[in-house]
Amino acid sequence: MNSVVIVGAGPAGLAAADAALRAGAEVTLLDAAAQPGGQFHRMLPIAYAATHPERVQHGWSAFEGLRRRVLEHPRCAWWSESTVWAIEDGPRVHVLRGLVDGTGRARHVLEPDALVLATGAHDRVLPFPGWQLPGVFSAGAAQALAKGERVAVGERVVVAGSGPFLLPVTAALSEAGSRVLAVLEANSARTVLRGWGSWPRESGSHRRGSWAGESGSGGRGSRAGESGSRGRGSLAGELGGKAGEWGSLWRGSRAGELGGNAWELVGKVGELLGYAVGQARHRVPYRMGRAVIAARGDGRVEEVVVARLRADWSVLPGSERTVAVDAVCVSHGFSPQLELAVAAGCALSDTGFVDVGETQMTTVTGVYAAGEITGIAGARAAAAEGAVAGWCAVGREPSAAELRRVAAGRAFAGRLARAHPIGAGWSGWLRPDTVICRCEETSYAALREAAADPSMMDSRALRLATRAGLGPCQARICGPTVAELTGSRAAHRRPIAQPIRLGELAEPPLQKED
Amino acid sequence: MSARRVPAEDDRVGRTDRPLWITVDGERVEGIAGQSLAGVMLAAGRLSWRRTASGAPRGVFCGIGACFDCLVTVDGERDVRACQRPALDGAVVRTQERT
Repeated sequence: MNSVVIVGAGPAGLAAADAALRAGAEVTLLDAAAQPGGQFHRMLPIAYAATHPERVQHGWSAFEGLRRRVLEHPRCAWWSESTVWAIEDGPRVHVLRGLVDGTGRARHVLEPDALVLATGAHDRVLPFPGWQLPGVFSAGAAQALAKGERVAVGERVVVAGSGPFLLPVTAALSEAGSRVLAVLEANSARTVLRGWGSWPRESGSHRRGSWAGESGSGGRGSRAGESGSRGRGSLAGELGGKAGEWGSLWRGSRAGELGGNAWELVGKVGELLGYAVGQARHRVPYRMGRAVIAARGDGRVEEVVVARLRADWSVLPGSERTVAVDAVCVSHGFSPQLELAVAAGCALSDTGFVDVGETQMTTVTGVYAAGEITGIAGARAAAAEGAVAGWCAVGREPSAAELRRVAAGRAFAGRLARAHPIGAGWSGWLRPDTVICRCEETSYAALREAAADPSMMDSRALRLATRAGLGPCQARICGPTVAELTGSRAAHRRPIAQPIRLGELAEPPLQKED
Repeated sequence: MSARRVPAEDDRVGRTDRPLWITVDGERVEGIAGQSLAGVMLAAGRLSWRRTASGAPRGVFCGIGACFDCLVTVDGERDVRACQRPALDGAVVRTQERT
């Protein structure tokens, strides 16, 4: 019988497990968390004994069905609190099971017939003066705490960055009782609309309409806009306009021909409209072409500096103003968690994601990848890829419908990237003393000085001289930023992918179970 | 105050709290079973607990185990990610300084 190890139990990993089980495989599903779901379907702790978890979970019933089907399957071994710390050729998968960062975890070595990597992504946060202050959170942290523990990170909060992820984070914060003062999308409305619209326009049948307006969700400048607390740009107004555009694009296109694409787009629009309507209730202003460019405070964040941006994210001089907050939640996109794929020998594409073929197989035979590590496209696309990866990892052929769903996800990833790019002008927010590497506290000035030194020809010399990227996070947070600021390439090679204690390393691995 | 836990009586998810206690540098801090150490400390009004080499305060940043900003010593084990480690009743947490 085929054995498949799946690393990561988020939307991609769970879909992969489900498919591999259907195909008859023996599945081991691993995740560092205590429960499956990943970041998107982050579950409440079992100890909370929640009677209505569906009230804070998007798509709960479908997820719950999938979760049970997989975890209760007789051929599925569910390894919670399991960390993959290394992968060798074979693949040989080195696992630690037990309390996170503990000392007494059990070592295992798995040698499956096929490996599916579904390790996901974490927020990419660009540095800005004061971003190291306590009270500055990644948007993902705020969401994890609100959804996963029912902890709101602040009372007066600004959410800033770029991308649709800011909306569910805002919804989660509002629901948990934070007052979200504003959601700031750094990209201009023009960039966002052009990006989202780019694919249907290519199909050549663009037609304007007011789909969201018709459905009563409030188009730009309609009731929702007027009722916004600051008079303009309420989230429902702006997003209603955006969703109206998307809706019209979908309606105007040849839906039959587009198949899965239309389905994908409709699903996403529906999800985002749900958030928009939620935000209208909480009266959260949604502003485009604006950013948090600095955080200030004595030992913690007390205020943020908000500014208007040009299309390239450079600050419009004179537009800065300060807003008193006790928390700020930031996400400028996502960084795929690539170290295990790199350790397994998988090649990366020019755009910095794992290269996969039609079956989701990487450049390494027997090693498959799915979800955000192949491109940032959200949970639905991740699940579509996971389903193909799990099925094909057992030697099956993907169906045409499955491939269409994957293609739709890829198209969505492309639109997302075009709609929410990182503008090159962001580095203008930096000051000489701005911390770039949070672990080692490397300043922007130190990094620039080292990068200008002709003896720092390679990124390794640069790292050794500035220590940027050499701290405990192993450049997970500053890596892409340092690469961008110094014109080098981000490295994802972390041979020891997760911390392991010397005592644990000294113990021989346990024999395979069963 | 800043971070706080949704009060159980107001929480739409309908949860049942089982209180637990940890100590942080000797001070008793109350949380509920199921929370992470970071969640317990945040909800108890502690926004930071680690000091960097320069002495700057740090707490939770990424919240999902990627940034290693929230490291604490738990029951004598150094460098534990507080955002990932479940809080167990009676856990003895010591804050860390990186030297």
